Amino acid sequence: MTVRQAVIVCAVVCAGAAACGKKTPPVARPMPPPPPASSPSAPARPPAPPEPVNEPTIVPPEPVRDDAISSASLDDLNKNSPLKPVFFELDSSDLGAPGQKTLDENATLLKRYSTWTVTIEGHCDERGTAEYNLALGERRAIAARAYLVSLGIPADRLRTVSYGKEFPFDPGHDEAAYQKNRRAHFVITAK
Amino acid sequence: MTRELLTGTLALALLAAWPHAQQPPQPPPAAPQQPSEIVTTISGDSSGAPPRLAVPDFIALSADAETAAVAKTIGEVLWDDLNYEREFAFIPRDVYATIPKATSFNDVPFDRWRELNADGLVVGTVQKIATGFHVEMRLYNVRTKQAVYPRQYDGGANARLYAHTISDEIHKSQRGLNGVARSKLTFDSDRDGERMSNTVQTRNIKEIYIADYDGENQKRVTVGRTLNITPRWSPDARSIAYTSYRRGGANIFISNIFVGTLEEVTKGDKVGENWLPAWSPDGSKVAFTSTRDGNPEIYVANRDGSGVRRLTNHPGIDISPTWSPSGTQIAFTSDRSGSPQIYVMDAGGLGLSKKTAESYCDKPTWSPAPFNEIAYASRNGPGYDIKVLDLATGHVRQLTFGEGTNESPAFAPNGRHIAFMSTRSGKSQVFTIASDGKNLKQITRTGNNEKPDWSK
Repeated sequence: MTVRQAVIVCAVVCAGAAACGKKTPPVARPMPPPPPASSPSAPARPPAPPEPVNEPTIVPPEPVRDDAISSASLDDLNKNSPLKPVFFELDSSDLGAPGQKTLDENATLLKRYSTWTVTIEGHCDERGTAEYNLALGERRAIAARAYLVSLGIPADRLRTVSYGKEFPFDPGHDEAAYQKNRRAHFVITAK
Repeated sequence: MTRELLTGTLALALLAAWPHAQQPPQPPPAAPQQPSEIVTTISGDSSGAPPRLAVPDFIALSADAETAAVAKTIGEVLWDDLNYEREFAFIPRDVYATIPKATSFNDVPFDRWRELNADGLVVGTVQKIATGFHVEMRLYNVRTKQAVYPRQYDGGANARLYAHTISDEIHKSQRGLNGVARSKLTFDSDRDGERMSNTVQTRNIKEIYIADYDGENQKRVTVGRTLNITPRWSPDARSIAYTSYRRGGANIFISNIFVGTLEEVTKGDKVGENWLPAWSPDGSKVAFTSTRDGNPEIYVANRDGSGVRRLTNHPGIDISPTWSPSGTQIAFTSDRSGSPQIYVMDAGGLGLSKKTAESYCDKPTWSPAPFNEIAYASRNGPGYDIKVLDLATGHVRQLTFGEGTNESPAFAPNGRHIAFMSTRSGKSQVFTIASDGKNLKQITRTGNNEKPDWSK
């Protein structure tokens, strides 16, 4: 077969095919098979493209944020602690609504900085006796810890200690001082 | 039955009592060879008034200034020691100058003392020896001029200790009373102004101190650089149990203060806190409060920390244990009724009974026998007062009346005095007071000094 003959054959075939496309009506194609019985509700979709051959991206559980809190030293953190103290009424270890709100905010921080471990110190004013206040301060610290645990903070991140009335924050002898001294105080011990 | 009966045994490290068989080298001519039992005690007149004593300065037999100072100190401290128990009336010291001073036991002007209505006269001599001082003391019956109670001591230069020893022996021999002149106090104090390490807050640490019963010889006995509080003397006065935060949380430690060793009663108890140790009367056990099971309860353990046993079981706060003198009962504070009140249970934890129904009571301290009393702090509104409950009658007497706040009472070993903390002079200071509310005495003056305990 010469080159000329091949060109002719090709031209005839092509002309014939074009003539058929114009004149022949579309023929119904067979339906795709029904979806398998195990997923009857799944919509019919074209097959997914093949998986790309890549390694998964590493997502650290605690993203390193270069913010003021995470970069501060423990001492600096505690001097201006983002964890706010909870205050109590006289002779009481009830948290109350304001105390719970404070602890809600502290819990948010403790979830965000999930490596922190914290000592919750219980403190009392001087109107209780030195002896009973050791127990009352412990009650206050335990009440704060129990509430944080109920919000999902692991108990092993929260230590408690009571100082009774040994370490008053305000050495005054009036109600303004007493209010400051009846507290559960948060100290970050590791970050 | 002679003076031999009255020769007590001196349990003193610094003083060596000579056996009474060694008579003074020059017995006074008036002293009988065999004194009868009748003349071995000084008594007052027939009206029943207490005996009137004169206690002039001791006679310095050596010419040096140190001996003179020791002789003067012994006389002054002995007067204070004897006056403390109020068993004797006293010829005031300011009239002693009108009486010629004796230079030995041989020229005591008995007739002049008799003119001042003295029943008894204490005459003593001090002589310097190689090892310190040789002190002789004679308690005379001024009427008979008999030395009814002569004693001799050799010891070091601690003049006050001679006086305390003589006072205790005079009280024992003449009044059948266990004096407290050689007993000691312990308390916690922030006087050194040291700061707690590894803390972000400005916090003064507290350390344990001891002092003589009259506040002299105050000494620090712990170096914890942390919070060391609520000290309690062991019954043998060789050790002090206390609450220490040196491990972070609160634990019970024992310092053997004359040996320099430390014991941990609650060692290894990582869960919960442990406060307020209280020795059993025989010194074998320590009761304390712990939150190891989640709530402040009373526990008892052997001194070495073994055999821990829980005595209370109530969701309220149970704290501040104190033993009865026989060791069969424990008083403590509980707020199970809604406010802190004093309760008594047997030492096994059963037989609970409530003893107070006031607004707020804490720190019970059980008196020694023969008294059967519990002293405690009772809220009076802004602060606390010291009260004493007679367990037999239920009668309560009040010792303080709102002069500052008054807390943390502790009985003297003879039950006739109470040490406590008061803010009446400004900061927290340790005071002692007679158990009838008289004879208030300030013990500490520097820093804050709290939670006293009295050696047994």
